[in-house]
Amino acid sequence: MTTSHRTFVSYIDRTREFYRAQGYERPYQWAHFEEVPFARLQKPLADSRLSLITTASPWHEAGHDPGSLRGSKKVWSGASSELPDRLYTDDLAWDKQATHTDDVASFLPLSHLRECAIAGRIGGLAGRFHGVPTDYSQRRTTDLDAPEILRRCREDAADLALLVPL
Amino acid sequence: MSLVARHLEAHGIPTVIAGSARDIVEECGVPRFLFSDFPLGNPLGRPWGVEMQRRSLGFALDLFETATLPRTTVQNPARWSDDASWKERYARVDPEQADRLRRAGERRRAEQQRARSEGRARSD
Repeated sequence: MTTSHRTFVSYIDRTREFYRAQGYERPYQWAHFEEVPFARLQKPLADSRLSLITTASPWHEAGHDPGSLRGSKKVWSGASSELPDRLYTDDLAWDKQATHTDDVASFLPLSHLRECAIAGRIGGLAGRFHGVPTDYSQRRTTDLDAPEILRRCREDAADLALLVPL
Repeated sequence: MSLVARHLEAHGIPTVIAGSARDIVEECGVPRFLFSDFPLGNPLGRPWGVEMQRRSLGFALDLFETATLPRTTVQNPARWSDDASWKERYARVDPEQADRLRRAGERRRAEQQRARSEGRARSD
């Protein structure tokens, strides 16, 4: 088999063209780094406590001001013991033609992770999962939200983090 | 989300990202990435596809144990569907819709300007 172009979607290309068609002349500048940090596991996976992190928002934030760039969104946490029936995802850029987000487990695998903990694949699941806003401003993510997520992971004595962006 | 993974990792917490926007995640540069070639929205698998979601999570967890270098990407072998037409459709600019998109952009900018002037937006 052969191909003349990437077989996976280039969201950087697609987004640039989409917003150009809307009259935005200066393309979004995506984060790009040469150096990538790497931390080794301090103990086996089967002994490690894992934090789960999502880009979805609590359902009660539905109806937030559509004109705001970020609204009132901020880092939030929910109990890991129960899979929420719904989370608010309408403000995120996902493929609303091809799929839906009615099954929370398809992007927040709390129930599957609990099974992994029972089976001994991971040491355990932190008592809370965390939500982080998807922000146009990389500075706000880096300076405000990422340190807050780190603080909460440490508070929960998490050894590892699984991040599942929509 | 990639920026958060980098921050956690730099402070000693190993991370895995399970997602579908391969170019965005890899351009940012993250330690461990399970790439699932799915439409954005369900990075673990199809809605109600419990087995597919379980398997995807398993591949993500495996990465904690198998990655030895940063920028390790593993592609989930699962296929979303035999029909890959979603890849062509997502945010595709159709020339016939150029006017509609331009007007939508103008409306959005006006609304954002209003939000700023009313102090509703969190500004830099």
